[in-house]
Amino acid sequence: MPDLLQVENLAKRFGGIVATDDLSIAIPEGQLHAVIGPNGAGKTTLIAQLSGQLTPDSGHIQFAGSDITALPMPARSALGLARSFQITSLFLDLSVLDNVALAVQAHAGHSFHFWRDARGQVELRDPARAALARVGLTARENLPASALSHGEHRQLELAMALASKPRMLLLDEPMAGLGPEESARMVAMLRELKKELTILLVEHDMEAVFALADRITVLVYGRVIASGKPEEIRNNAQVRDAYLGEQEAVHG
Amino acid sequence: MSGWLSARAVTVVVLLAALALLPVYVELGGSRFLLTLFTRIIILAMAAVSLNLILGFGGMMSFGHAVYLGIGGYAVGMLAHEGIYSGFVQWPVALAASALFALVIGALSLRTRGVYFIMLTLAFAQMAYYVVAGLARYGGDDGLTIYKRSQFFEPINLSNKTQFYYICLALLYASIYLVWRIVNSRFGMVIQGSRSNDTRMRAIGFPTFRYKLTCFVIAGVLCGLAGALLANHTDFVSPAMMYWTRSGDLIIMVVLGGMGSVVGPVFGAIALLVLEETLSGITEYWQIILGPLLLLVVLFARGGIDGLLRKVRYA
Repeated sequence: MPDLLQVENLAKRFGGIVATDDLSIAIPEGQLHAVIGPNGAGKTTLIAQLSGQLTPDSGHIQFAGSDITALPMPARSALGLARSFQITSLFLDLSVLDNVALAVQAHAGHSFHFWRDARGQVELRDPARAALARVGLTARENLPASALSHGEHRQLELAMALASKPRMLLLDEPMAGLGPEESARMVAMLRELKKELTILLVEHDMEAVFALADRITVLVYGRVIASGKPEEIRNNAQVRDAYLGEQEAVHG
Repeated sequence: MSGWLSARAVTVVVLLAALALLPVYVELGGSRFLLTLFTRIIILAMAAVSLNLILGFGGMMSFGHAVYLGIGGYAVGMLAHEGIYSGFVQWPVALAASALFALVIGALSLRTRGVYFIMLTLAFAQMAYYVVAGLARYGGDDGLTIYKRSQFFEPINLSNKTQFYYICLALLYASIYLVWRIVNSRFGMVIQGSRSNDTRMRAIGFPTFRYKLTCFVIAGVLCGLAGALLANHTDFVSPAMMYWTRSGDLIIMVVLGGMGSVVGPVFGAIALLVLEETLSGITEYWQIILGPLLLLVVLFARGGIDGLLRKVRYA
């Protein structure tokens, strides 16, 4: 299968700190690729560069056959690259349904329409409702987004990513701050999504990562120290030293 | 959701009807001064409605909005000074000049945010103020008297106070309707989304800059129209029309009435100007009373007058 996303020799520095160090990853269509690593390994910086929020100092990013290294965020999103945020980033004063409808609208041509009531347009509302149904938020659609719980915010994030009909999802710690029950629900949801989408998953929850990933890349100080199937990573001595061991030590 | 008979809906309908009936009251023996005061209120309410489009709905904290009152006003004043009285020339020029100014300062200042955006809009407005104050041919600092109001076809006559009042009122209602359509359209959803979380809007694929710039220009044009009306109302234009304290007054009207509510600025304009009128009759230090009052609104009634009305429920 051809690679949907190809990252070559990516580098990003912030002053003296190397956040991304000569990083290369290739993700074929349909794969769920997890990126793990200790805090400060540059995972979020990587996602920011893939989504276009940050510009890399050097290196190339190819998506669906075209070079997107210099494309701004909206253009990447239009190509089908959707990002969810680590720190939930919603339209808190708008309703849950409005949040998702905006994500639909983003991919429904330009928005220089000044007259028709947007909240009455089925071509925006129906796909939005469908996305909410997939993440189980149908009953909450009329509440302001600020009224939802943390776990529901994550579900809403996911619904918004889905509503843009992406080819690939960039998920930045979707389990962060979720209780065990909410986490399990999120894993089940991602397992469903992975059937139709290519996903890059940055996540600290190792149980979730090993349950979902087809392939895992381990970052330390911005550099790839290992990349392979979950069982290879689990048995990789360097990874155990750098990361998994430390995790086990921390979590006892 | 509130029904048709909510306290807010009743207040809005009563208010709009009362404004429409004010000239009748004046004809029946009310003070003619009321007509002059409320013409002014209506014109400034229109300016506040336009500011609310960018401030309340778009989150663009412009501190130079009165500049369009000046631009619209001076378009009328300068053309009249040159002997061109036709409203069909004056008004389009007023709108086009406002649009152009908004396009240029919007293109420059909308790249910044927060306090920088406030300072830039303020700076550009003050620049326009000093430029106009330096135009010796058009009265400079002293301003310019307009000897003949904008001319339209018969039977429209802006010098007829009642007629002029109704023209202003019709234009105010039309701008409220326009803003209401805009903020609920797809374009309006983008503007509101961008107020709420601009980074996220761009991440999901909206190039928000061009939408915000368009919104900024629409607001400028609407306020420019209010400026053309104001010049006709006072038969006089001066740089003071676009001084920064004027922009402050417009912000106060929006905040007092309720940011992000389509009719809020109308409440705000009426409240501020009627208060100013009554308080200044009591003491020349009326601002000492107005200041704390504003403080109370900001501290305890964030949604302004409109926000309070929304909270009123029938027992």
